[in-house]
Amino acid sequence: MKEFLLIIRGGHDESADQSPEEMQKHMQHWQQWMGGLAENGRLVGGQPLMNEGKTLIERGKKVMDRPLAEGKELVGGYLLIKADSLDHATNIAKDCPGFEYNCSVEIREISPM
Amino acid sequence: MENRDHIDTTLNHLFRQESGKMVAVLIKIFGTENIEMAEDVVQDALVSALETWKFRGIPDNPKAWLYRTARNKAIDIIRRKKHSKTIDFSDPQKQLLTSGYTLKTTMNNFWEEHQIQDDFLGMMYACCHPDISQENQITFILKSLCGFSTKEVAKSFLTSEDTISKRLYRTKEYFRKHKIRPEIPNKSAIVPRTEAVLSAIYLMFNEGYNSTNADQLIRKDLIGQAMLLCRSLLSVERTKLPEVYALMALMCFHAARVDSRVTTEGSLVLLSKQDRTKWDIALIQSGQDYLNRASFGDRLTMYHLEAAIAYEHCQAKYYVDTDWNKILEYYDLLLDIANDPIVFLNRSLVILELKGPKEALKVLDKLKNNKLLENYYVYHATLGEVYYRLSDPTLSKVHYEKALQLTQSKWEQQFLKDKIDSKR
Repeated sequence: MKEFLLIIRGGHDESADQSPEEMQKHMQHWQQWMGGLAENGRLVGGQPLMNEGKTLIERGKKVMDRPLAEGKELVGGYLLIKADSLDHATNIAKDCPGFEYNCSVEIREISPM
Repeated sequence: MENRDHIDTTLNHLFRQESGKMVAVLIKIFGTENIEMAEDVVQDALVSALETWKFRGIPDNPKAWLYRTARNKAIDIIRRKKHSKTIDFSDPQKQLLTSGYTLKTTMNNFWEEHQIQDDFLGMMYACCHPDISQENQITFILKSLCGFSTKEVAKSFLTSEDTISKRLYRTKEYFRKHKIRPEIPNKSAIVPRTEAVLSAIYLMFNEGYNSTNADQLIRKDLIGQAMLLCRSLLSVERTKLPEVYALMALMCFHAARVDSRVTTEGSLVLLSKQDRTKWDIALIQSGQDYLNRASFGDRLTMYHLEAAIAYEHCQAKYYVDTDWNKILEYYDLLLDIANDPIVFLNRSLVILELKGPKEALKVLDKLKNNKLLENYYVYHATLGEVYYRLSDPTLSKVHYEKALQLTQSKWEQQFLKDKIDSKR
């Protein structure tokens, strides 16, 4: 089985004006989806990220006081999962609750050691 | 600012009722290898309550407040220990505690009302594991599931806090080593495992009911907690066994008479002398209800028979109305299932009522040289009474004095001293 990184981008604006009840429901979807992955031994780990960040550019000499990409491109979180192939991993990612907030999910295989 | 005493009473009551359940849920989260962590969280929640309520008053729903605080403290610990090896997150359900996407929702799921009762009972079954000595079982139950302090447990057992700490340590080590999972046993094991749980509950009850302990509060607490534990078994379908109803009935009948057993001066009152108007009619009524519900299934346990005997006593308006023949029948049935010298001894008291001291002595003769009874004060007190009724004051005194040496309880000692004095 191979490992894949799911890079979840965007969704910040869409989630901001949610009521607590809607938010709770959304988090339950995460719970169900990730719960299924954990149950099948496919979940390695994953975390949401804070919106703030810094970026080093120009060979590390220059510091920007923000993440490199913002808005729809802002990386909001990541998941590390196990799957049989890139297509398989992509299929799994289709159920990511992030899509409820119009996120994008990039699926990348971890290069084998 | 709220009255400090009122806060203390509310908290104390809440703590006795709820701390065991909170500990059980937290043990499920942290694992049986981290029992102390679970106990600390509950203790912390209690301290927070005390501090916060002092200034802001008791919240509308103090129970929910306490649970929420414990839950938030558990979240803090998970965040801190996410990468340490202390907590085993390998179980899929627990793995979700390690991600920010799922931590809160997973944590909330652990605290679902319907699951809490199962976790609590699961913990009781874990405590009453056959490899753990009964003494250690009850010590652990009182401390972890009933919210007793080490000092209070020590008082209940009339022993030192040091002894209690050692017992607790041993039990926790056992849990850690064997990774005992708290759960309600499956159908094939439920009867024998429940037997162990009931036995621990009944022992706890007797610790409070019998007079070895002079501390009124501790005694009432033990009785109350034993009944609470038994009732919680009746709240879950899988553990509603006939013998659980029977023990509940038995404890109701005993508890109904608790206030008439001792005089205000602290001396024991025999059943024949008790003021029956002091008996708690409502408790006797509940006992009857439980006993009726205990009669399904095909098992007749010692709890059924002991409850039936206790019921006979409760329903006799005066001592002379007692149906000794019926009681003797129950004792005979009891001897059939448990050939126990103490049951045999108690039966001899029924013989004494029914057939007089000569016959009673004949029966007691069969118990001669029984090592257990030789050191049991009731055996000698019974012989003392029998010889007294046979007009043999010398032998009567010998046995009463022997009985006096064998009991630690102030009540019982006083009772026996009075006997010796009155019969001089």
